[in-house]
Amino acid sequence: MDWYPLVNSLRVAAISTGAVFLLGIFAAYYIAKAPRLVKGLLDVVLTLPLVLPPTVVGYLLLLALGPRRPLGSWILEHFGVRLTMQWWSAILATVAVTFPLMYRTARGAFESFDETLAQAGRTLGLSNAYIFWRIRMPVCRQGILAGTVLSFARALGEYGATSMVAGYTPGRTAAISTTVYQLWRTGQDGLALRWVLVNLAISAAVLLAVNLLERKEAGKWR
Amino acid sequence: MALTVQIRKRYGDFMLDVDFSAGNGEALALLGASGSGKSTALRCIAGICCPDRGRIELDGEILFDSRRGIDLPPQRRRIGYLFQQYALFPHMTVEQNIAVCLDRRQRAQAGELMVLLRLEGTEKLLPRQLSGGQQQRVALARILASRPRAILLDEPLSALDVCLRRQLEQELRDVLARFGGPAVWVSHDLGEVCRSCRRVCVLEDGRSSPAVGTRELIEAPGTAGAARISGCRNLVGACPGAEPGLVRVPEWGVTLRAAGVWREGASLLGIRAERVRPAEEGAENAFPCRVRQVVEDVSAIELALVPEGAEEGSAVLWMEAGRSVLAGTEGGERIWVSLPSEDILLLRE
Repeated sequence: MDWYPLVNSLRVAAISTGAVFLLGIFAAYYIAKAPRLVKGLLDVVLTLPLVLPPTVVGYLLLLALGPRRPLGSWILEHFGVRLTMQWWSAILATVAVTFPLMYRTARGAFESFDETLAQAGRTLGLSNAYIFWRIRMPVCRQGILAGTVLSFARALGEYGATSMVAGYTPGRTAAISTTVYQLWRTGQDGLALRWVLVNLAISAAVLLAVNLLERKEAGKWR
Repeated sequence: MALTVQIRKRYGDFMLDVDFSAGNGEALALLGASGSGKSTALRCIAGICCPDRGRIELDGEILFDSRRGIDLPPQRRRIGYLFQQYALFPHMTVEQNIAVCLDRRQRAQAGELMVLLRLEGTEKLLPRQLSGGQQQRVALARILASRPRAILLDEPLSALDVCLRRQLEQELRDVLARFGGPAVWVSHDLGEVCRSCRRVCVLEDGRSSPAVGTRELIEAPGTAGAARISGCRNLVGACPGAEPGLVRVPEWGVTLRAAGVWREGASLLGIRAERVRPAEEGAENAFPCRVRQVVEDVSAIELALVPEGAEEGSAVLWMEAGRSVLAGTEGGERIWVSLPSEDILLLRE
């Protein structure tokens, strides 16, 4: 059995989770403070990928990044890099699909944060960076952790947008999800089942880890 | 004056307009009902929210001046703020909370403050494991560790059990006395203010009146609002009587002699419940009343009285006196009371 799809899926999920962690927290922090109209508008735009079919997200991505499309052709011309059909193209797809998960859970956590803690920090002379990383983030850690894990799990399971943007090239862009489809399509049911079991094992492990973490957290200071 | 505040801020229909100053070593009380803008005023001083106009000065340094475009961030104001719920960082231990703004070389100070505020033994505990009183002491220690130039107390005792309040009130006074800088003590409790502050500034609907001595507020509040917040429970419409020195209270059907002078704009008569006295028939300012209700307080008895000449539905006259004076009084009884002329307040609305 060729393990490439597993390695590829894990690295794509890990990198996109890292990116979404930062992007989602950044967006959540600033949008939570934005005026109501801006907030409502951005909220709709940023949450759309959560409710759109992943194939639609993939289509929109191709519309922007395809080699004959404005952004894609510009980058191809100036950097000689093709944005689609690479193993890392899947990262673009999973970031787009999982971003709303991270953004929404982080925003929920930030909104329930007691703002007087930040205010107290400021009157005590603590820098805004300290207040953010050492007070706001640890106090909100449950929500942020949950968002991160959900994003990772979702990235691992992403199929629709990934298959459109990165395609399926064995040994190059194959991920678990695309491999299962491909194997089933070509009648290799037995092999497909093996990958299904691998995927099940990883997802179960992730969810178990979350539950264990939460139980440990719950006893701490909340 | 060490801390001078003169600010305005509009919130829709609400206008905050405060003007006061507090000297070094002084705890100035900011007294007002809830929603009168006390906390907002403190937040403006601390720099957490920004006034529309005005000036805030501390030890000669301008912290805020709308005309010159100065608005120092809270970090550079060095004003300690004791939040109502203390705002301790829930994920840090007591020790970490207190030392949060100290660098490594200053860590020893945290220990000294813990001794000063009787927090030894709680170093490794989290805030939620402490009692309300201990939480407040941690918050105070944390403020003192930041070496503030002024301290703001936002209803410091409201989150505590009643039985703890008096003790912590005393501790707060001790801490402030030791601190020596200006302090602003926000409260809605006259007793607390009376015991802890010499001067008081009354806030009504966002507007402050000039600071007065605490005694003066109780003896001679100028407005009905100030009288109400100073604990004066009897306020009734009044108009000048037939000759100078006389005041007529149409609602109660009585005319009274008042020591004060009837000034332009006055429209109310006020008298504190504890100044109403039992009297002999025919004494000065005495009139008969029906006892509508007897209310037993902890150490006093309160009577809700209806003057005999009162109109239907008029305000009752509250009277309060020690148990020994009013013991045995029953509902429905007819008694004579007098309102001493020197205790009658003539107030503007």
